[in-house]
Amino acid sequence: MTPEALPASLRQTPELDRWIRIDPGGTVTVFTGKVEIGQGIQTVIAQIAAEELDVAVARMHVNLADTLLSPDEGYTAGSTSTQVSGAAVRQAAAEVRYILVGQAAAQLDAPAERLRVEDGTVYDPETGAKVTYWELMAGKRFAQAASGRVQPKPSAAYTVVGQSVPRLDIPGKVAGEPVYVDDMDLPGMVHGRVVRPPAAAARLVEVDTAPVAAMAGVLAVVRDGSFLGVIAQREEQAVFAAERLAAAATWQGEEPLPRAEDIYRRLLTTPGESFLVVDGVPTDDSIPPLAPAAGTARRVDATYARPYTRHGSLGPSSAAAQLLDGRLTVWTHSQGVYPLRTDMAQVLHMPLGDIRVIHRQGPGCYGHNGADDVALDAALLARAVPGRPVLVKWSRRDENLWEPLGPAMLMQLHADLDASGALLAWSHETWSYTHSARPRPEPGVSSLIAAQHLAEPFAPPTPRPGRGAHGGIHRNADPLYAFPRRRIVKHFVPDSPLRTSALRSLGAFGNIFASESFVDEVAVAAGIDPVEFRLRYLTDSRARDVVVAAAEKAGWRKSPRRADHGQGIAFSRYKNAMIYSAVVVDVHVDRESGVVRVERAVAAADAGQIINPDGLRNQLEGGIVQSAGWTLKEAVQFGPDGLDGADWASYPVITFLEAPSVEIVLLDRPGEPPLGAGEATVGPAAAAIANAVYDAVGVRLRQLPFTPARVLAALAV
Amino acid sequence: MTSFPADATPQLRSIRLRVNGREHTVRVDPATPLLYILRNDLGLKAAKLACGLEQCGACKVLINGQARPSCKIAVGELHGSEIVTLEGLAADGSLHPVQQAFIDEQATQCGYCAPGMVMAAISLLDKNPQPSEDEIRAALARHICRCGAYPRIIRAVQRAGRTMAAHIRQEVKP
Repeated sequence: MTPEALPASLRQTPELDRWIRIDPGGTVTVFTGKVEIGQGIQTVIAQIAAEELDVAVARMHVNLADTLLSPDEGYTAGSTSTQVSGAAVRQAAAEVRYILVGQAAAQLDAPAERLRVEDGTVYDPETGAKVTYWELMAGKRFAQAASGRVQPKPSAAYTVVGQSVPRLDIPGKVAGEPVYVDDMDLPGMVHGRVVRPPAAAARLVEVDTAPVAAMAGVLAVVRDGSFLGVIAQREEQAVFAAERLAAAATWQGEEPLPRAEDIYRRLLTTPGESFLVVDGVPTDDSIPPLAPAAGTARRVDATYARPYTRHGSLGPSSAAAQLLDGRLTVWTHSQGVYPLRTDMAQVLHMPLGDIRVIHRQGPGCYGHNGADDVALDAALLARAVPGRPVLVKWSRRDENLWEPLGPAMLMQLHADLDASGALLAWSHETWSYTHSARPRPEPGVSSLIAAQHLAEPFAPPTPRPGRGAHGGIHRNADPLYAFPRRRIVKHFVPDSPLRTSALRSLGAFGNIFASESFVDEVAVAAGIDPVEFRLRYLTDSRARDVVVAAAEKAGWRKSPRRADHGQGIAFSRYKNAMIYSAVVVDVHVDRESGVVRVERAVAAADAGQIINPDGLRNQLEGGIVQSAGWTLKEAVQFGPDGLDGADWASYPVITFLEAPSVEIVLLDRPGEPPLGAGEATVGPAAAAIANAVYDAVGVRLRQLPFTPARVLAALAV
Repeated sequence: MTSFPADATPQLRSIRLRVNGREHTVRVDPATPLLYILRNDLGLKAAKLACGLEQCGACKVLINGQARPSCKIAVGELHGSEIVTLEGLAADGSLHPVQQAFIDEQATQCGYCAPGMVMAAISLLDKNPQPSEDEIRAALARHICRCGAYPRIIRAVQRAGRTMAAHIRQEVKP
């Protein structure tokens, strides 16, 4: 490997001291620019470093993103942490081991090739002489850059990577240790709450803050334009004061929202930008007409819809901030401490170097939720009480009504078949709003809610169509099947009436739901078994293997048919370049109530070289269960009266009563790059459920979610 | 929306609680929900302020032996009560069998729901030491795990039930 061929993160931050520190006390600190969002990345990084260094996992301390200490690895998103940060840590650790063994060779007066390393102790098997990493370093730094000339271990030599090492963070969490940002208890800390407008466009006209400022425990009421918040000594005082403040505020300029039922018509009729997607990449090529292919005996078409959905993290977003001697420190569960710092520096008119943003864990994160927004809220409130740390927490209502949503999507598919049932042409068009509104540097623009409410406001980012491979709207629109004549079209629609951004798998959820449902519809039209149909058009052996493995494990349509029970399958390779997964589900449809029950799910996945099998299973299982909820229950309700769903009663999600049992088959590929799994199963699970419902009762559900009312309506036709 | 305390200039009262085996007296507005006292006055951060509406279960603690949400219940109603939080479960330096089972089954992702789940599972196993899968689902039905670790949590509760039964068998051996 040459320096040019170093893993990208290591090329950007080549200093080995920025990645690995040998601590005098016999521990190793590994620095990653990624954050823990419930996916277990700390453990994965610890395993990779432990493997290359030949040090026990128990000695590893993984330091997560911190703008003062860690390499800048951008966002923890897109299921790339294992691959990207893992590759950098692997190479850095291999180089560190090489350096340490070289130092040991000099000290022990033995050739380096002869030395062995066991749990950080370098020893000479011939003489028995030994020295530890911590003795060699004695607090010193490496003071050198990664060279790319050290080869990491071959995968055949792995003893730690590939093992189900228990997650390092779980014992603390089940013991109730204060690991989350909202558990912080800094000396002198006080509590803040914000008061948001009744609707996104509303502006604060008038508020008499004096009565609230006089309330017990209230330290400050902050008003800057339409940004309104309060700081109190005690948390419940802040909560109560915020309620009073909300009641005292007069707002105007609310723009009524359209009706939720009209959103798909709006998507189709609002002028936008359209792109022909070739091999996953939007191009400026002209979009061919939808004329039937020569020899077409039958055309199949279908339209699918996915509503706006919420992240709905179990805990609302929170952050702590402290302004001390003109320097700001922010503790946040944001997915990107560096981009957040850049956005906040502009809004607060502060130099970047005067802001430190430190990751602390939050409740489970599935994409761009309120974490970044509340960090600015905390900073704005902290400015009002210099020196004092302020912990700000959103209410459930704040979170549900203000977090960016997963955008609505409409998918139209067409397939042309010849007389023998062979597929001649495939068309997939997707209409959607932006899936990407995270903080990004742009003068005068901020993605943070409070910045848009200030007296001198910043403009929200203007949504732009992403042009990257498998970006947002077109992610996984292009199926992996070897279909001839594919026509994939992305329709970017600019003005969503509701705020949208990245939610787990972005457009892949809607696109895979549509295309894998449609594959089934085409297979039925062609009179071919859905598994057989998929295998007929999958040429990639790894893809075929997961389909076969899932079908075998599930006993694909082997059981005697039971009334109103059905089985469905779906497959995808995430972004057509990452993890392969196939999901089979068994459902029961209650014809009386319209309730679809997912009884069992089986998934097979190929994530390349497996780092931690149980961690991988956990991610795949969670994706299926969450997706079952998206598929059966979740939709953001709104209309002229505003945005609905401020709590769990009005925005129901999947519960214990509905969660399927889940079985996972892992196909290990030693030597192949390890691939992240967090987003793999959400799309296939949705389509597998739709396909299973069709198998059970013969109706095709094309609009998510499959509520009892929709199921009953479909059954009545 | 919750509305508390009822008064802008509250009357403070001294309230005595026994939490994790220790006596505490807090002088607060009696309308303050128990959760705020636990987290901010007693420094017990395990129970989470997640919905504040008694809808998700993340704030559950044992109140006089029953797993109950603590995010709305006024501390003034609990004078003299016995409260156990997740932090109070470990005995002699070892975790409660339910906590250990959550580790053994790796029954969480982000971990935010785990404190409430563990308390509810203890409450269930206290009444029904060997619950079936359906009984576990029903007992925990009002607890949300947004990461979707439900199948693992079910296994953890079953495992804990077996461990606790084995302990009891050992204890009654002559």
